Amino acid sequence: MTSGKQKITWAVIAVLVLLYALFPVASILSTSFKSPSDLTSGKFLPSSGAGTLDNYKQILVGDAQGLFLSALRNSIGIALIATFIAVVLATLCAYAIARLDFPGKKVVLTTALAVSIFPVISIVTPLFNLWRNIGLYDTWPGLIIPYLSLTLPISIWTLAAFFRQIPWELEQAAQVDGATTWQAFRKAIVPLAAPGVFTTAIIAFFIAWNDFVYGISLTSTETARTVPAALAFFTGASQFEAPTGAISAAAIIVTIPVVLLVLLFQRQIVSGLTQGAVKG
Amino acid sequence: MAAITLNNIVKKYGDGFPAVNDVSIDIADGEFVILVGPSGCGKSTILRMIVGLEDITSGELLIDGERSNDKAPRDRNLAMVFQNYALYPHLTVFENIAFPLRLAKGKHKEEDVQKLVTEAATMLELTDHLQRKPANLSGGQRQRVAMGRAIVRQADAFLFDEPLSNLDAKLRGQMRSEISQMQRRLATTSVYVTHDQTEAMTLGDRVAVLKKGELQQIASPRELYEQPVNLFVAGFIGSPSMNFLPASLEGNTLKTTLGNIEISPEKAAKGKDLPVLLVGVRPEFFEDASLVEEHKLQYGSTFTAELTHTEWLGNEQYGYINFDPAPEVREMLNSLARDMDADELRPQVVVTLDAASKIRGGRPADLWLDTRRLHLFDPKTGENLTLDAAEGARLTEEANAERAEEIESARQEA
Repeated sequence: MTSGKQKITWAVIAVLVLLYALFPVASILSTSFKSPSDLTSGKFLPSSGAGTLDNYKQILVGDAQGLFLSALRNSIGIALIATFIAVVLATLCAYAIARLDFPGKKVVLTTALAVSIFPVISIVTPLFNLWRNIGLYDTWPGLIIPYLSLTLPISIWTLAAFFRQIPWELEQAAQVDGATTWQAFRKAIVPLAAPGVFTTAIIAFFIAWNDFVYGISLTSTETARTVPAALAFFTGASQFEAPTGAISAAAIIVTIPVVLLVLLFQRQIVSGLTQGAVKG
Repeated sequence: MAAITLNNIVKKYGDGFPAVNDVSIDIADGEFVILVGPSGCGKSTILRMIVGLEDITSGELLIDGERSNDKAPRDRNLAMVFQNYALYPHLTVFENIAFPLRLAKGKHKEEDVQKLVTEAATMLELTDHLQRKPANLSGGQRQRVAMGRAIVRQADAFLFDEPLSNLDAKLRGQMRSEISQMQRRLATTSVYVTHDQTEAMTLGDRVAVLKKGELQQIASPRELYEQPVNLFVAGFIGSPSMNFLPASLEGNTLKTTLGNIEISPEKAAKGKDLPVLLVGVRPEFFEDASLVEEHKLQYGSTFTAELTHTEWLGNEQYGYINFDPAPEVREMLNSLARDMDADELRPQVVVTLDAASKIRGGRPADLWLDTRRLHLFDPKTGENLTLDAAEGARLTEEANAERAEEIESARQEA
């Protein structure tokens, strides 16, 4: 049992980690409210006290609007589609891996692992050439397909691990209770698998949402460019002005969905949901 | 209500190894049959084949006279209680119990569901917990929910797969008597798998002892205890288990390491052809010779032995006598112990003595042995040479009569 002293130690460590992790976010947040002249002031907070909303205006309704809003639309669309496909495929795959004994089961898992550790940057150039030749360059599918290569392996691994923990006795119990195979799956297994699928979906979404390398390499216009890539195309009001404020504002805006997702699905990611199903 | 018949059931897994080999059991309507055996003897597999979760490789399964080998579990109308309860964690206790009723769409109106679930819950004392989730219940309560789910739908038979093995000892005893009373009240055919022989002896009308997928003996608990067909059944049933002493026969005298034991000519006649015999003696056949009443002494044989130590338990005491068997006998005893899932069998004899006995370890003591009930076994085949089949049949007949009477009186009460 933790004594009072241990508790204090852990609290101190937790605070240090929090500071380390959240300081950059706080810094970006404060920068997003700074005026261009304020950027080099060396102070943490905007000097004008309340700060300015100019940066947000610039990207949402001002000069950078076209660049940012279309990128936001692309990001949301591409990340959602990639997540959806990855989760559906991974669910089927992981269900098979967890439930069935078939030859090549190990191969599927190792291949998935190998793909996920393959350095992204090394396949960008061939993909760039291939996509230009077959007409996928600068399109949504042109990004969704490579994103699947990032999201599928991790989805398969997390879901397979999750499905293995589900007590399959429940499915059998349901069958004895009078359920068909499909009813047993839907009424006994799906409610238990849902949290795992949600968790996986969130992880997959983040991966697709945060990607920069594919986003910048495989797009050239606003038709498919995602937010992380679009940030690199921001320009200041003049040649001599850095677009730091606008980039910070955009960074804050793209962080919001991530935070929202976690808050929304926090309840779904209750690890203890399966407790009580079998012996406790 | 249904009778279940297993005809030469075989279960082979992918590697061709028969997990269940040629098992035939007739389970009468309303009967409570226990499948017992060490782990890996195929008892759970048999249960899962009856309920339909496991395919039957060959043989025939009849439920109520109808061949059911290839029926889906849901078409067999059997209810099963799983070892780990298998409750649906996302449903409340009420919905867990109502689950089978809800699956049978259109059959039950909402009021019926309410009524049936409430009835079952009242019977199992779960009324206060109906709105809770399984995760918030204690082990015993979860067990009762699992039973509620089984009894709510008036299934043809109940199948229990080691339902009490996850409970602590006290609760186990309580649930055991609840299951027993419930079965008598409902008079539903039940098959119960366990490795706990207290459960086997107390619950079952008949007990089937299995070893390595083969049925050894199926009989009433008393017949198993008093007339075991072979070494395995004799050693498996009873606690502390039966002692096996190597002996050779000269006339009517068994020469054992404990001394000479006089036996009746009828018993001696059955073992006279073998050079070495195993004498099966239950611990309670022994007694402190000084405490045996005069008129009983003639039914047994008195000898002197030195106990290593004694254990006083209040109502009785156990004494231990070490002996040194010949290597081939030792090997036999060890392989028997392995069959029974035990560690290496120490070559020692356990004797049960009266609590008042003053016999202590380290001193020679006079012990009396009731020779009427001992059995002689063939060490090679394990067969019981002194098996009295007629007596065994009589014991099982007696148990059947008792069961019929109990069911009748339970019905009248209801």
